[in-house]
Amino acid sequence: MTDSSFSDRDGRPSPDALLKSAKRDARGRLKVFLGAAPGVGKTYAMLAAAHQRLREGVDLVAGVIETHGRAETDALLEGLPVILRRKVEYRGHVLEEMDLDAILARRPRLVLVDELAHTNAPGSRHPKRYLDVQELLAAGIDVYSTVNIQHIESLNDVVAQITRIRVRETLPDNVIDQADEIELVDLTPDDLIQRLRDGKVYVHKTATRAIGHYFSPGNLTALRELALRRTAQRVDAQLLDHMRSHAIQGPWAAGDRILVCIDRRGGTALVRYGKRMAERLRASWTAIHVDAARGAAPSGIDHDSIAETLRLAEELGADIATIPGTDVAKDVIAYARANNFTQIVVGCRERRPWWQGSISRGVIAAARDIPVHVIGISDDVAKGASIARHQGPRPGIVTYLGAAGAVGAAVVIGMALRQVLNVSSISMVFLIAVLATAVRVGLWPSLFACLLSVLAYNFFFLPPLYTFTIDDPENVMTLIFFTLAALAGSNLAARAREQAVAARDRARTTENLYQFSRKLAAIASLDDLLWAIAYQVATMLNVRVVILLPDAPGSETLALRGAYPPEDEMDDADMAAARWSWEANRPAGRGSDTLPGAPRLFLPLRTAKGPVAIVGIDRAAGGTDTRAPVLTPDERRLLDALGDQAVVSIERIHLAEDVERSRLRSETERLREAMLTSISHDLRTPLSAIVGSVSTLQSFEGKLDAEARSELLTTIADEAERMGRFVANLLDMTRLESGAMTKRQEPVDLGEVIGSTLTRAAKILGHHKVALALQAGLPLLPLDAVLLEQILFNLLDNATKYAPPGTTVTLRGWSDRAARWVELQVIDEGPGIPAELLERIFDKFFRVHAADRTGAGTGLGLAICRGFVEAMGGMITAANRSDRSGAVFSLRFPNLSEQSS
Amino acid sequence: MSALVLIVDDEPAIRRLLRTGLAAAGYRTIEAVDGGEAVAMASRDSPDIVLLDLGLPDIEGVDVLRTIRNASAVPIVVLSVRDDERGKVDALDLGADDYVTKPFGMAELVARLRTALRHRLAQDGVLPVFRSGRLTVDLVRRVVRVADREVHLSPREYDILTLMVANAGRVLTHRAILTKLWGAGGDPQQLRVYVRQIRQKIEADPERPCMILTETGVGYRLAMMEQPEEETE
Repeated sequence: MTDSSFSDRDGRPSPDALLKSAKRDARGRLKVFLGAAPGVGKTYAMLAAAHQRLREGVDLVAGVIETHGRAETDALLEGLPVILRRKVEYRGHVLEEMDLDAILARRPRLVLVDELAHTNAPGSRHPKRYLDVQELLAAGIDVYSTVNIQHIESLNDVVAQITRIRVRETLPDNVIDQADEIELVDLTPDDLIQRLRDGKVYVHKTATRAIGHYFSPGNLTALRELALRRTAQRVDAQLLDHMRSHAIQGPWAAGDRILVCIDRRGGTALVRYGKRMAERLRASWTAIHVDAARGAAPSGIDHDSIAETLRLAEELGADIATIPGTDVAKDVIAYARANNFTQIVVGCRERRPWWQGSISRGVIAAARDIPVHVIGISDDVAKGASIARHQGPRPGIVTYLGAAGAVGAAVVIGMALRQVLNVSSISMVFLIAVLATAVRVGLWPSLFACLLSVLAYNFFFLPPLYTFTIDDPENVMTLIFFTLAALAGSNLAARAREQAVAARDRARTTENLYQFSRKLAAIASLDDLLWAIAYQVATMLNVRVVILLPDAPGSETLALRGAYPPEDEMDDADMAAARWSWEANRPAGRGSDTLPGAPRLFLPLRTAKGPVAIVGIDRAAGGTDTRAPVLTPDERRLLDALGDQAVVSIERIHLAEDVERSRLRSETERLREAMLTSISHDLRTPLSAIVGSVSTLQSFEGKLDAEARSELLTTIADEAERMGRFVANLLDMTRLESGAMTKRQEPVDLGEVIGSTLTRAAKILGHHKVALALQAGLPLLPLDAVLLEQILFNLLDNATKYAPPGTTVTLRGWSDRAARWVELQVIDEGPGIPAELLERIFDKFFRVHAADRTGAGTGLGLAICRGFVEAMGGMITAANRSDRSGAVFSLRFPNLSEQSS
Repeated sequence: MSALVLIVDDEPAIRRLLRTGLAAAGYRTIEAVDGGEAVAMASRDSPDIVLLDLGLPDIEGVDVLRTIRNASAVPIVVLSVRDDERGKVDALDLGADDYVTKPFGMAELVARLRTALRHRLAQDGVLPVFRSGRLTVDLVRRVVRVADREVHLSPREYDILTLMVANAGRVLTHRAILTKLWGAGGDPQQLRVYVRQIRQKIEADPERPCMILTETGVGYRLAMMEQPEEETE
């Protein structure tokens, strides 16, 4: 919370604050009963409050209550509806856990959930109970819960210092910060100790040893102070919120900004300190790590430890930054000045190699006016080492054999040179062997080579020969100097090698990422893209990858859309984790906070608008420990980088699809438009001519001469006929589309049908010549004569519309030799059909030169032809003449009667 | 000499009908089958009136209208279809004198042509007294009578009525009335209220007006009713 968000100088409520309170309204409300130590009566207070609410008529259930057999508490449980716990079997033990799904299904107004910091049994949906509670809150259910102060993450160290007991079950601070209410359940240390003596305090079996120490008056007072202070902080924050959302001006804390420097191991204590300090000062804070390029890169464990520490800082509400640099102290101060930090927190290591300069001292020296807080930290190596890692192949036995070989070679060469060189010079040969080993295979083999060299040198070259003893004191010195030179040299060479390897890895990663982004940019289809992403992630991280997307745009159902190696189904646990990850927009599955029992780890690929896809990761040799993280922090970072690029590409393709969809939609719109225009024009024009002619006859009867009168009557007749044709077309089309078309297929003589068509079309063919070319002896075809006549009529009509008057319309008909099919063609001498429109002319309401309505048809004729032809099992195609301009419409009907006979 | 009508329509059947009908009504006709030809003939043959179909194959009808109007003040009557209100309003706002909806009766068409021609002739000298049916408007003395009964109109109502009188027989779009009387900021709803008030005062049955006619979606038209006196003149 920076003071820039207190932007209420003009007396208006800050939008942030209002938004925060509005957001709370949609979620359930969390009330936490906070106690300083076990036994203060948190559960009792919670149950008492619950009874009060029950009397008010609130629909509440008890999700989990740990009464620990205490009579008063048990008595309070009377009368409360309880959701039975779920039994979970784990390694032969039956554990009872809160039944989250049952509660969600029951949907009470309020749930009582004891012990917020509890760790769930393996195989539960969430590893921690507070995550269950968050899901309940998200579902709009209010929750009452209890917490002891020692479980709060940022106080973990402090409590451990006071009580010398480190609590393993910790609760992130933000869970407490986000609680809507905190009620402190307070009891004086004396009363608590009295209760303990009375046996009213439940103590876990394993803790009995420490109990005497834990419940000392001093400890309890300190814990009580922590709890009181924490509650006071909280009350303070609420007051601030209230003042801000009600635009009450007040003296705000000066804008302190705290910079916490993370350095190798042990940073978690610094981060927790920073968090507490930031809270006290109501300041914003940033955790920073200077990635020093000097010397060797931090060892893998250090590296992971830093990443984990930064993540913790982020979880506790810090901004985090990693800056490259050479001089940590100077860079930290420069960063602090550039970003107006007012306080700096650095750690001071208890044990630190004497040759390494102290960073804290450097920072203090350079800080000048910025206050520096130096916190003593111990290298909690154990914690750092506990982070599971997948390392590259460890230097194997082969490398040591190689080292031995190098030394052996040195011995042989030394033997050969023994006559030429003196004994001290031969040590150089061994030095070369050691350095070569260091450069080729790394530090440990080279140290091994160093040891071998010392022994071999002594054994083969230093008199007395072939013993491990040395006569000449000068040779002793030689051996000592050789050893020192070899050690220092191999150390340096190995370091150089490590850096070279690291640089090469980085270069390769960068190159891979670059290639990846180029490859993605070239892909146009979503499926190809997903495959490419899956392949790239799988090969770069050496994992198995699945990618899930909603099965349709806007759908909420996830489907497996890409995988490498290919895979087409996933088990239910995976699917559940993927779903959860999609809905919560957070990682889920193996090694994460949610559903860690799933075989895969699922990560959302997200944009500002939410997730666009879910990536599922697992390893071929997965191992049995499902709690182990699938990826190291480094691999997570790489995956994030890949994911960022993938998201951009997926978004790009989604966008392209949207554009295509809206194009199709406007195309459909256009078609509807064309249809309306067509129908209205084609019905109205003849109608206008008829009405106009009739009204002329009515109004000007006397003034019309015989010629004019006959012209008007001809117009009426022609136009009525034209309208009749159009209406018939519309009816045909409607029949086709509604499937109400009845056809009577009987053997038909094509010549006869053509003849009747020509008669019927005589009027429209008035301005054209007709040529008929029918092969003799065409078979009778099982067709509907009425439909066929309509088809031919429409084709002739079409020809006369497009071919200029005076040209010839040709009708051809022939069959193959075996009379398996018959083909009919209508050929005109018009302008022909543009090649790109050949397919579309059979579409409904499509017209070549749609804008040109001169003499053009309805856009229905050819569509009807196709419908009829296909209904009779035939085929219709359009083409252009090859000998001259003109269109060719071909009908081909199979001779079914021939085949069946 | 009888008036020369330029018929612009791409449908041969309609052209044939218009040719025959208009000839019977005493007009001479020339014909254009598309917009390009229409523009050329409008300037070359100087017709007395243009009968323009809005749905042309080559150029949008309103563009033909704009081109002809930019070049000359010849009266233009638009042939349009029923559901193309937008096109009618555009055409009228662009300077068309009137419109006729297809399908049309020949008598109605001829009446519209005559009105348009007469307005063009009477452009400069508005008659001091306007009569249509039972309605009399004395533009000099600013007196409105309905069958000898004097009607009192508010100044704004009187302005609207005189605007209609000046364009009697022709349709006035809402926009044309509004811009003329209110400037740019007029509200069609307001106009509707005024027209209702005028109708209350001058119509025999305001629910079924026969003086101020509504052209749905387009505007208003003041009816030109033949009068016994004129008949005798």
